[in-house]
Amino acid sequence: MSIFLNENSKVIVQGMTGSEGSKHTARMLASGTAIVGGVNPRKAGTSVDFDGTSVPVFGGVADAMKETGADVSVIFVPPPFAKAAVIEAIDAQIPLAVVITEGIPVHDSTYFWAHAQGGSTRIIGPNCPGLISPGRSNAGIIPANITKQGKIGLVSKSGTLTYQMMYELRDIGFSTAIGIGGDPVIGTTHIDALQAFQDDPETEAIVMIGEIGGDAEERAADFIKANVTKPVVGYVAGFTAPEGKTMGHAGAIVSGSAGTAAAKQEALEAAGVRVGKTPSEAARLMRELVGA
Amino acid sequence: MDLFEYQARDLLASHGVPVLPGGVAETPDQAEAIAREIGQQVVVKAQVKVGGRGKAGGVKLAADADEARARAQDILGLDIKGHITHKVMVAQASDIAEEYYFSYLLDRSNRTFLAMASKEGGMEIEQLAVERPEALARIPIDASVGVDAAKAAEIVDAGNFPAEVRDQVIAIAVQLWEVFTQEDATLVEINPLAKAPDGTVLALDAKVTLDENAGFRHTEHAALEDSAAADPLEARAKEKDLNYVKLDGEVGIIGNGAGLVMSTLDVVAYAGEEFGGVKPANFLDIGGGASAEVMANGLEIILSDPAVKSVFVNVFGGITSCDAVANGIVSALGILGDEATKPLVVRLDGNNVDEGRRILAEANHPLVTVVDTMDGAARRAAELAA
Repeated sequence: MSIFLNENSKVIVQGMTGSEGSKHTARMLASGTAIVGGVNPRKAGTSVDFDGTSVPVFGGVADAMKETGADVSVIFVPPPFAKAAVIEAIDAQIPLAVVITEGIPVHDSTYFWAHAQGGSTRIIGPNCPGLISPGRSNAGIIPANITKQGKIGLVSKSGTLTYQMMYELRDIGFSTAIGIGGDPVIGTTHIDALQAFQDDPETEAIVMIGEIGGDAEERAADFIKANVTKPVVGYVAGFTAPEGKTMGHAGAIVSGSAGTAAAKQEALEAAGVRVGKTPSEAARLMRELVGA
Repeated sequence: MDLFEYQARDLLASHGVPVLPGGVAETPDQAEAIAREIGQQVVVKAQVKVGGRGKAGGVKLAADADEARARAQDILGLDIKGHITHKVMVAQASDIAEEYYFSYLLDRSNRTFLAMASKEGGMEIEQLAVERPEALARIPIDASVGVDAAKAAEIVDAGNFPAEVRDQVIAIAVQLWEVFTQEDATLVEINPLAKAPDGTVLALDAKVTLDENAGFRHTEHAALEDSAAADPLEARAKEKDLNYVKLDGEVGIIGNGAGLVMSTLDVVAYAGEEFGGVKPANFLDIGGGASAEVMANGLEIILSDPAVKSVFVNVFGGITSCDAVANGIVSALGILGDEATKPLVVRLDGNNVDEGRRILAEANHPLVTVVDTMDGAARRAAELAA
């Protein structure tokens, strides 16, 4: 098993014909993902060739789902049009919408999050690398050749730290690695992923990577204390970040005394999570836990 | 982006929120001219993006234009908690009968917007929230619905505003929502929202934070940026589209991905403890691509920082493979030539790492040391900067 994405997932790409969209569609196909269509109202009825694989383009998400049975959409649409694209995916009731786009105004993401409430769509992102269930499917931009299928579940706010941790533990392998994104408002949270990993029989241990800003890690710590029985190793980035400065990710900012790495580490440790001081120390802690 | 008070006031006024007449001055002459136009008692207020300016002597009353000039002279140049005052706002002074509080903000934790309102304004709202939380109404707002007159009335009633100002505050609440949404703000706060002796309700001080991600639909917001306050290296990095933050240490940092770079800063700071407290000199995320040109631009900025004594290049080859990154470093050093004078510690890992390390070994650049692990490389970079 894996979470949110498996070998039966049928994936469409909104923004497939753009430069990022086409580059990563080719990479997803190469790693074995079942890409069943693209969405672009101006190119409906055409198809795009990816190294011998022809992918049809549909006018809308609903059409694409009806024709192909797609249940995942990966969204590369640029910020000015991303809100409409996500709303279209929600209205079409696609089960999973993975929003890769970086730089979406927070009023737009807060709007589409509110719009999704009561509906049937899980949103991952925005400003995220997506998720990979190694050996099964890859929805987003995470490199597929870092590691293999295995027993660790990984949830992270950061893309490159996700890759780094997958690399450090590549011999053990991962059930699913999910990058939830570095924006202030995101769809799927650490808690959602922790719950899913807790319920997934294949996942034996969980790595949780956080960073400065907001209180998602503190909330996750409370959740772990009450609900997670599988071992969790944590890592938090941004101890040296100055107050009031945005560190790359729109959500990565310490405001006054809120959102510091120290507070997050303390909350996680209080919940029984072993927190590494560096990514490699976190990887070592995980090795100890799983005996590999 | 946080705005100055005068910018926030202008933005509120442009959406119809009632404010008092006034203007911004960079010299005592300008302050005098504004005060003369207002023609009555004025208040001269330091324009700094930090609280507590009243206590620091940054807010003064002036009876007439001559006195406004003198007060502006006093306040301009004043250091308020490390912020130098370059501008003052000169506004008509108002007698205040009552002070209230009203704000809209992004509530990250609950992924929604929040209205906060209280009939008890004037003091720092954090203080009110702690001391008398029951006096501060917090009403969540569904982002897909927004604030209409009925929702505004709900907020105002929850804030216990007096009956005689209720309608005025409701109207202001609706206008302020317009500011919040149409300007893509993540905070609009009026404190105090004041009742004058004649019963008129006015915004006397305001804070606004704008979402920089929304810049593409607000080209006019670029003019609100305080370019004078920006660090010169940050300003140059911005021109080159680099994601750079100046810090106060000695080890220059280049990495790919915001999380990995933040992590790199931490690892360098830990390693630096052994070498007399060496710290990272900057945050610089060159993104997933890490092309030679971006690498050269990044290195150029970092090497021009006189505080930098060594540089740590920390790249995980994910989408871009390590051989491309290694070639990028070699060509960046070629482009920089004699400008590159400080030792570089490079750690590469991930996709095609062996080839990347081979390319660097073959180039055998005298300034470059390759270290296999992130922790080891951080230690070496800290040592070189000590």
